[in-house]
Amino acid sequence: MAKRLFKVWRGNAEGGDFKEFQIDVDPGMVVLDVLHRIQAQQANDLALRWNCKAGKCGSCSMEINGKPKLACMTRMNSFTEDETITCQPLKTFPVMRDLVTDVSFNYEQNKRIPKFKPKPRDADGQYRMYQEDVDRVQEFRKCIECFLCQDVCHVLRDRDGREQKTFIGPRFMIRVASLEMHPLDTEDRIPELKKEFGSGMCNITRCCTEVCPEHIGITDNGIIPMKERVVDRFYDPVAIIGRKLFGIRKRTKSRSETGE
Amino acid sequence: MVIGAGGAGLRAAIACSGQQLNTGVISKSLLGKAHTVMAEGGMAAAMGNVDPRDNWKVHFRDTMRGGKFLNVWRMAELHAKQAPDRVRELEEWGAVFDRTKEGLISQRNFGGHRYPRLAHVGDRTGLELIRSLQDHGIHQGIDFHMEVTALELLKDGDRIAGVLAYRRETGRFVVFKCKAVILATGGGGKAWPVTSNSWEYTGDGIAMAYDAGAELMDVEFTQFHPTGMVWPLSVRGILVTEGVRGDGGILKNNKGERFMFNYISERFAPETAATVEEADRWLAGDKTARRPPELLTRDEVARAITAEVKAGRGSPHGGVFLDIASRVPADVIKRKLPSMYHQFKELAEVDITKEPMEVGPTLHYFMGGIRVDADSQQTTVPGLFACGECAAGLHGANRLGGNSLSDLIVFGKLAGDGAKAYISALSGSPKAQDDQITSAIRRATEILNRETGENPYLLHADLEKTMAKGVGIVRQKDELETAIAELEELKVKAQTMKAPGASQYNPGWHEALSMKSLLVTSEAVTRAALMREESRGAHTRLDHPGESAEWVKFNVIVKKGGDGKMEVEKRPKPEGAPQLVAIANAKIEDLESGKVGADAT
Repeated sequence: MAKRLFKVWRGNAEGGDFKEFQIDVDPGMVVLDVLHRIQAQQANDLALRWNCKAGKCGSCSMEINGKPKLACMTRMNSFTEDETITCQPLKTFPVMRDLVTDVSFNYEQNKRIPKFKPKPRDADGQYRMYQEDVDRVQEFRKCIECFLCQDVCHVLRDRDGREQKTFIGPRFMIRVASLEMHPLDTEDRIPELKKEFGSGMCNITRCCTEVCPEHIGITDNGIIPMKERVVDRFYDPVAIIGRKLFGIRKRTKSRSETGE
Repeated sequence: MVIGAGGAGLRAAIACSGQQLNTGVISKSLLGKAHTVMAEGGMAAAMGNVDPRDNWKVHFRDTMRGGKFLNVWRMAELHAKQAPDRVRELEEWGAVFDRTKEGLISQRNFGGHRYPRLAHVGDRTGLELIRSLQDHGIHQGIDFHMEVTALELLKDGDRIAGVLAYRRETGRFVVFKCKAVILATGGGGKAWPVTSNSWEYTGDGIAMAYDAGAELMDVEFTQFHPTGMVWPLSVRGILVTEGVRGDGGILKNNKGERFMFNYISERFAPETAATVEEADRWLAGDKTARRPPELLTRDEVARAITAEVKAGRGSPHGGVFLDIASRVPADVIKRKLPSMYHQFKELAEVDITKEPMEVGPTLHYFMGGIRVDADSQQTTVPGLFACGECAAGLHGANRLGGNSLSDLIVFGKLAGDGAKAYISALSGSPKAQDDQITSAIRRATEILNRETGENPYLLHADLEKTMAKGVGIVRQKDELETAIAELEELKVKAQTMKAPGASQYNPGWHEALSMKSLLVTSEAVTRAALMREESRGAHTRLDHPGESAEWVKFNVIVKKGGDGKMEVEKRPKPEGAPQLVAIANAKIEDLESGKVGADAT
């Protein structure tokens, strides 16, 4: 057991400050464990969110030593022995209290995305999809909605970007991608991506991908293909003429959909 | 009003709003964070996509046998029959399950299930379930009230009239007036120190229903999942999916022995592999071979591990070894069990493709809970419904892995249908009584207003000690009696809890408020465990070994007496329909050849 110094931001929407805590740390602990110990022993009313303690629910998102992280997945032995550990709320979202922020922005974005619209079932009442077609969709569906990508996105960090809803954010770009690439979905999602969800606002700095605790290829596998589909639809003159002349399909779809 | 936004709550809310009920959902956490996300292995549904010999009768039989015949017959029947449709419906709402070569929903093997039956998405099936319901539900006109905790059910005479709750964010109280309430609040694992459950699992629904006069049933059956992480201490209890064993993982003691072959009980011997060689043939897909003993039901495996550790053959941190590294190639492990790989890599610094895991039993699930009508899910209080883990009946004395996620969607829907039928038949609008509301608010705010008092965190730690010591995997009379005496003391102390600070997002106050639920739940489990003088499923009494032919005919019912004291009753269990009894007791060959149950639909 060793004493460690924690600086934890305490306050509310009106303001606040870092408070110092000297606290015993046992081997094998993660930052969330230490915060719980602070809560039990020194600050009963320290506000923080958590649920699963295993990196599966995405509740305990915060900034630890300046980096957006899940407190439950940040091991104490990832710091040097005398390093001070600083915990503060996500910077992009308004503070409610201590380490808890108002993340309702994200739930509002999700609601803007039209729901999944599947094609009819096969004659025997089954849906058929092949594993190789759903692999890329399943990658996006690993998302635990910790909103670290939303937090680190520079478009959303900018308050105007959030308030004017110019960009739906990385989490919801891959949510749209998971629908757009879904072998059963029949909704055309490309015009909305461009006009409503601001796919052009992302300039591919890959900060979102870097912080994703699920290691989802947010930028390369999700956002870039979506941007490409927007470009193909709205800006590629050859494709536009091709579609007009030959009625080429608007969407690249999978084996199960094309019946190959 | 639905209380709880896990799989059962969301499915119930979708059923309600789909039938034009004005529907709201209260959840203690943010939407999509409920404990359902932790479910890994899959949801059991006899679709027969992988093995066409599977059907609802075999699933029903497996469920009854796993539950040691204490299950409510009708619930096990409804569950087995309706699960396939509920799973396919999720697909219609966007869920993307792993596929078979033919493009259908893939199904995997799991403990106690005769055929590959669990629809799954890698080892994150719970997340897929909750996200599919969430993304569908937000377009259904349901009002979601996030980070709101229910405190008390409001009644008008006998009937439900609403819910008193508080917003965690502001500490403000809020009254939801409604005609029906569906409880989907999960179990009460947080009464134990080693549990797979998150902080939300404080038995709120069980305690609120009890206070409102509803009956609880068979709450002594608390499942210890055999494989929780045992190290590091801070993650002790976090689940290691049964899928590891389903995909070939084996259990070893510190002598390197594969000990499960020494713990095959008589009941399961005819269907369990007798040799390592046979177990390996089964794993390779040989349909004539029998299942490895690692896939026995959870209670059997948990007791075996406990016995090995007690005999001094445990691992360094007090568990046993779960080895998949020496059995399955590294890339297959990473593909089939990605969450497990990351969980151990990042939380325990163990590479499960190279070394064995250390595992041990962890309190995982409540089979018992609020007594409900099988078809409508209504409790004994008019207008009060319950579904999912907080309801009793489907799982009997022990739950099979994979039967929980399917439970949520089958009975979540039935609870919604039940609430619709109740409201349609209701005359007049029940009115909540002001004095009930004001006295409940006073009790809650006293915790903040008191000058000094008991620290709720320390009280919770004491409760955990009591339950671990007295109401663990193996139980006996004197220890249970000591636990009851300690619980009585804790109840007195809980009268004077003090939480410093204001009511705005104050975890200390939240902790104090949930202690009330935990204490009711713990007392109910302990008193029921003392009454049931036999060992059945997840309930093991050292002083009453073995199943008793007498006790299978009885449920243990807990309710609040007229004097406010807890009453426990041994009540005859209703018999099953003859056809169901025949199917459950049939030899598997007779069932499959159609000698038994051929006319059952």
